[in-house]
Amino acid sequence: MKSYPKILSKNFEVPHAQHIGVYLSGGGYEAARKVYTSWKPEQLIEEVKKSNLRGLGGAGFSTGMKWAFIPKDSTRPHYVVVNADEGEPGTFKDRYILCKDPHALVEGILIACFAVGSHKAFVYIRGEYVEPIRIFREAVREAHEKGFLGKNVFGTGYEVEIVIHQGAGAYICGEETALLESLEGKKGFPRLKPPFPAVKGVFGCPTVINNVETLACLPPIVNLGAEWFAKLGCEKNGGTRLYSVSGHVNRPGLYELPLGTPLREIIEEHAGGVWKGRQLKAVIPGGISASILRSDEVDIKMDFNSLARVGSMLGSAGVVVMDETTCMVTTLLVAARFFAHESCGQCSPCREGTGWVLKMIERIYEGHGRSQDLDNLLDIGKNMMGNTICAFGDAAPTPVISYITKFRAEFEYHVRHGKCDLEDRSQKSE
Amino acid sequence: MPILKIDGKDIEVPVGTSIIEAAKKAGIEIPHYCYHPGLSVAGNCRMCLVEVEKFPKLQISCYTPVTEGMVVHTQSERVKDAQQAVLEFLLVNHPLDCPVCDQSGECELQNYYMKYGLYDSRLMEDKVKKHKAVSIGPTVMLDGERCVLCSRCVRFCDEVTHTHEMGIVNRGDRAEIEVAPGKEVDNDYSGNVVDICPVGALTDKDFRFKCRVWFLAQTPSVCPGCSRGCNIEIHWNKERPYQTPGERVMRLKPRFNADVNKFWICDEGRYNYHWIDQGRLLKPMQKRRGVPHEVSWEEAFGTLSGLFLRPQEMGVIVSTDMTNGDLAMAQQLFVSELKVKNVAYQWIRKSGKEDELLMKADKTPNTRGAQALGFEDRSGEIYEQIEKGQIKILFLFGHNLMEILGKDQAEKMRSHLETLVILGPHAHEGINLADWALPSAVYAEKNGTFTNFEGRVQKISKAFPPMGMAKSEREILKEMARQAGIHINLTV
Repeated sequence: MKSYPKILSKNFEVPHAQHIGVYLSGGGYEAARKVYTSWKPEQLIEEVKKSNLRGLGGAGFSTGMKWAFIPKDSTRPHYVVVNADEGEPGTFKDRYILCKDPHALVEGILIACFAVGSHKAFVYIRGEYVEPIRIFREAVREAHEKGFLGKNVFGTGYEVEIVIHQGAGAYICGEETALLESLEGKKGFPRLKPPFPAVKGVFGCPTVINNVETLACLPPIVNLGAEWFAKLGCEKNGGTRLYSVSGHVNRPGLYELPLGTPLREIIEEHAGGVWKGRQLKAVIPGGISASILRSDEVDIKMDFNSLARVGSMLGSAGVVVMDETTCMVTTLLVAARFFAHESCGQCSPCREGTGWVLKMIERIYEGHGRSQDLDNLLDIGKNMMGNTICAFGDAAPTPVISYITKFRAEFEYHVRHGKCDLEDRSQKSE
Repeated sequence: MPILKIDGKDIEVPVGTSIIEAAKKAGIEIPHYCYHPGLSVAGNCRMCLVEVEKFPKLQISCYTPVTEGMVVHTQSERVKDAQQAVLEFLLVNHPLDCPVCDQSGECELQNYYMKYGLYDSRLMEDKVKKHKAVSIGPTVMLDGERCVLCSRCVRFCDEVTHTHEMGIVNRGDRAEIEVAPGKEVDNDYSGNVVDICPVGALTDKDFRFKCRVWFLAQTPSVCPGCSRGCNIEIHWNKERPYQTPGERVMRLKPRFNADVNKFWICDEGRYNYHWIDQGRLLKPMQKRRGVPHEVSWEEAFGTLSGLFLRPQEMGVIVSTDMTNGDLAMAQQLFVSELKVKNVAYQWIRKSGKEDELLMKADKTPNTRGAQALGFEDRSGEIYEQIEKGQIKILFLFGHNLMEILGKDQAEKMRSHLETLVILGPHAHEGINLADWALPSAVYAEKNGTFTNFEGRVQKISKAFPPMGMAKSEREILKEMARQAGIHINLTV
């Protein structure tokens, strides 16, 4: 098996790495100290731009560029908001960082605050993450004790405070502007854009919103340089990525690999291949919102650009592997149920569309499909796509369109015979 | 000012104008639910999607500001498909209960379906069940299933009244409008949420099931409920009088006026109309030996014009409910022609509820108008002179002495008078004091103007003819004067 440098996960196997003593012994907080004591914010932003670090929450936007959007002449305070509302099904990377290496995030936050001139960072953590919240809260306390947070960061007189906010269980609050609304105490409805958060974010102030994994990349970039980081990945995709591999593989888990690692290599080498000696049927490469790939499409590099080219996306790098026994109607039912449950209900197409689609798929699943159902589903999905305030309206119909298009015969069998062709096949073989 | 092209038309609008407003200016209608020019932009209904060249996605025209050289298409195939799709989504869980829905006939789901929908239903599924016929306040009913979640009502309570009673609860297709626990939509402007609701979700308890909207005629007018002079429309039952015995006015609706009331009216004004057709004085009455008798107008004019020979014994108290035309006639006749000394207005209902939005303490519509015509608030002096026996004839407009002075005092005052002439629309208790009771028209029955507290002169229009034999004060006085050989021609 090919081995790659461990950047983000280097402390995952280290015992007690969540404690500041262990983190410090591995050179922790040196990057932040260097930045605070000898760097200029512009220099830091340039460095991060050069590193090709991209938003690892899933959107893949250049982090340095995002920082540069913060207006220089604003009289209002600037805020850093950390998106730790990890809710994308198939994704569990931020949870690992929060639990196994929380100080990497604290240090990343310190660096981001310095870059954009912020004195306060809000960390919005998914409500279900009870243990990660406890561990991260302890890490913040430790950093405070050491003087890395508070009124006098590294003795420079610069103030940084971290506020931890626990979410209440809505997937939509991972959408950055819904997150801001929720943080402000309102219902998690995504905002109209513009203005973008960089101009008018939380409490009406310029705000940078970064994902946990993105921020955890900052200390190594500062320590080892932008060029080193950029070289880890592939073209325009700097660094490594934490791939959450789940589903029908022999070794499900979190794998840190460079951006651009081939999907087949991730499945077959790192995750130990498809389980029980079965054949691969399909893979979701980047969380449930990404278009599905058939087994003949997995020879693809896992980076933002390559996946976008084939109409899918790297997203949160949540890789869900399905073997040949997986019923795609059932899989779509699960996805549709999720999106119908999580649509915030603000925009008409998404609010009504997700529920309608779910009921149709339920009907097909229960054996009452009609011949026009599949075309209707594709059309309803198309009508939702691109017509809503946030990207949820694009994500929700993606499984509908991609599963039906790529596994049409299976869906048609279901509609025609009122049951799964896989059941039939397995019965025949018995 | 940027110039843009919408459907091939060049339009020049100020910087920052939204596409939907620019289109409106050019006479192009873009369908919409959540957008309301009096509220913040929510952008959630997605009905106003348009195609803007150089933008890959369709844009919501309510939120997209125009830019120089922008090219917008509101009629392209893509736009039409999107409009049809949005309507289909909005109707997926709509109960389609138009036959029993009060909004029917003025519903934007109906209107837009006929204009932009016209698709065959593809729905095979059960609809989502939500709360129905929920009373959410003293005047407002909610039907959750009819709601399109446009959030106009929520924004109204947040942004206009700042009372924050309403909100949206639950997610996805379970989302519903609700009032906060323990609260009701019970502010001074709650009726407006019904006006701005584009569908049948919010209906008005005062109007529910009273009349189908297509039986209503609309007449522009001005609310007589206070000195703000909010612009209104009188909606009255044109052809189905048997549906609502005795009442012609079915409801009052606000009429947009950017300078006076914008899109709103207060509840006090909105529900202030039942008196119009209730307890009306229908015919001129003369008291003979203490018993009122019906008389013809000719008899009344003939006898009463005789009183004009004694102007020095005469007192006149006009009302600030009268139009400028009525007041001008009274001023011409009594002050200019007859030289009556004791002419005044009486200021009743002058201290009600006032707020920073619309409501004014003076609950009469035309105090400024009366003042501008030279009337003064001197009714107290007139009453004194009556008691001293200096005034023997009183022309009283609209007022109820029993209410103003109390029963005993009113009767005492009456005993000092030789002749009391009351002109008014209603047969109230105080009318029994009069020797002559002359039925006058209410504001909905006449043309004229009111001058609001800022001095703004605003037109009211006659919705329907005066009830019974009632006439406007202006006509009554003009005719009476003519009988006395005085010809007055007013141009106001």
